[in-house]
Amino acid sequence: MKQDYGDNILSLEDIHTYYENIHALKGITCTIPQGSIVCLIGANGAGKTTTLLTISGVESARRGRILFEGREIEKLPPEKIAALGIAQSPEGRQIFSRMSVLENLEMGAYLRKDKEGIQKDMEWVFSLFPVLKDRHRQMGGTLSGGEQQMLAIGRALMQQPKLLLLDEPSLGLAPKIIEKIFETIQEINKNGMTIFLVEQNAHMALTTSDIGYVMETGRIVLEDDASALLENEEVQKAYLGE
Amino acid sequence: MLGQEIKKLVVYTIFLTIIILPMLGFTGGAEFQAKRAFVVLGVGVALLVLNLIVKVIRSHRPLPEHDQPSITERIADRLHQIPKIFTIGPLLLAAVIFPLVANNYMIDVGITCLIYVCLGLGLNIVVGLCGLLDLGYIAFYAVGAYSYSLLNLTYGFSFWAALPIGVVLGMICGCIIGYPTLKMRGDYLAIVTLGFGEIIRLVLNNWDDLTAGPNGLFGMKRPPLYYPAFEEGGLEMVTYYLTSLPGLFYFILVIVILTTIGVNRLDKSRIGRAWIAIREDEVAAELSGVPTTWIKLLAYAMGAGFASIAGAFFAAKLSYVNPNFFLFMESCIVLCIVVLGGIGSIPGIIIAGFILIAVPEVFRELEGFRMLAFGAIMTTMMIIRPEGLIPASRRKRELHHRRDEAERGSK
Repeated sequence: MKQDYGDNILSLEDIHTYYENIHALKGITCTIPQGSIVCLIGANGAGKTTTLLTISGVESARRGRILFEGREIEKLPPEKIAALGIAQSPEGRQIFSRMSVLENLEMGAYLRKDKEGIQKDMEWVFSLFPVLKDRHRQMGGTLSGGEQQMLAIGRALMQQPKLLLLDEPSLGLAPKIIEKIFETIQEINKNGMTIFLVEQNAHMALTTSDIGYVMETGRIVLEDDASALLENEEVQKAYLGE
Repeated sequence: MLGQEIKKLVVYTIFLTIIILPMLGFTGGAEFQAKRAFVVLGVGVALLVLNLIVKVIRSHRPLPEHDQPSITERIADRLHQIPKIFTIGPLLLAAVIFPLVANNYMIDVGITCLIYVCLGLGLNIVVGLCGLLDLGYIAFYAVGAYSYSLLNLTYGFSFWAALPIGVVLGMICGCIIGYPTLKMRGDYLAIVTLGFGEIIRLVLNNWDDLTAGPNGLFGMKRPPLYYPAFEEGGLEMVTYYLTSLPGLFYFILVIVILTTIGVNRLDKSRIGRAWIAIREDEVAAELSGVPTTWIKLLAYAMGAGFASIAGAFFAAKLSYVNPNFFLFMESCIVLCIVVLGGIGSIPGIIIAGFILIAVPEVFRELEGFRMLAFGAIMTTMMIIRPEGLIPASRRKRELHHRRDEAERGSK
């Protein structure tokens, strides 16, 4: 059984999203408690990325409600949602490759006006990912895969979000770097930020998270505490390869 | 190595023969002018042989330890280091002196160059900064030109009164093409904008009642200047119409300077940053809170606005417009200016504007060969220097860092 984690920062209620005629999300319902790490695992094409993009407003839900801090956001454009405090680090390390690392981070703070706060957060991002500080003048596109992932997360953090959405932070990275990134994710969470994580690397995601959701072809098929899911036989068979 | 080079030489020679002999041999009549054709072919082949010799000599020299930046890149580097006053000052001085020493033909070409620089700077916003490929850009130039012509001929609006109206109309047209294409990119966008450019031209060509069709409109007043004069009845404003070529040259020079300052400001602003972010990755820009819809429409509107200014000036200068001034070819030339100059680079575009407009004039003597020379220069440029004449500092830095990386990797 799921434990009670207190107030939900975000809840999705029966979300349906379509790409033209393809029914990508077929009624997603899930909740993300304040201050937790929640992960959504599932195979390729299950609709994980679509779920995140629907939350951020890049894709629009045809049916259902999304509540962020009690406010309906499913009809808002992406920039309004970003302004409310939801930041997303997109899949496949979509950084601005012909901008320097510094400029990438500054783009993250695009909506912010508080110069001191931006400077402080910049320092914080550099302390989380010291390699970014070493390369702050380098073009984003010339970074290695792991560094680009760090930059994408850093850029999202520069938005000073209340909820951080991470789309496959482990994609295409070496095991050692994946570990480092997940450690940092936990550190960010300890700072009080709620994190919603989408992953194919089920083992890493579930050991890091508090709550887990399992997704299959546009539907959520399982939800439980992450530790319970790790023990779940079906999950072990399908996603943990045991 | 040598064998391969010789093979290349033979292939190129055959290629040149096929192109040059018929093209230069049969100018003006059916008679084959062997001497002229073979002289040009000889020069071409000699250049190829020289190239081969240089290559062979180079291959015998030991490789330099560090990958030296190419000479043009070094020049660009230097240019960025020199304080602006020393680079811009002499350029401006040259521009100011130019009409005093040049003949009317040269001034006329100079004016055309400046008009195209203005167009290039405007298109740079759409293509260079925002990354939206626009093949129908000349349509906004046409809108500016026809707005002034119609307002002046029908209602007697002066240039200064018609200019803002033309700019606003141009911006509206920019938004009209921008809105339906918001979700398009690359090839699709190029095709739609191409179609839009043709639509505008065809409307101008066929709406006889308004635009006089292919006959065009004529008799527009030149741009006026007003200055105060003391007369019997007190202070009076005297209108002076700029009819002389040097006067018009200075006028468009001022427009280009203002455009350059404007585009430069935009480039460095928050909006400019947002445009570049959209060019790099639209979804990521959206997620960072950039209102992509508005910012993209703004790019179209700003680009169209600058083209309208150039168009209004063009109509006023010539006192004549007809739809054939606004062919697809013109859009292509403006796009070439942006690409050749270095996408996103303001100084590059200014230089490319002069090269692309002035070079065909220089080659006028070559007759049928002229556009071929033009094409050859473009092709060669894109092969040897894809980043443009003066790459934008952003691009240059990127290349610079690549080199740093390579050096670090080799240690």
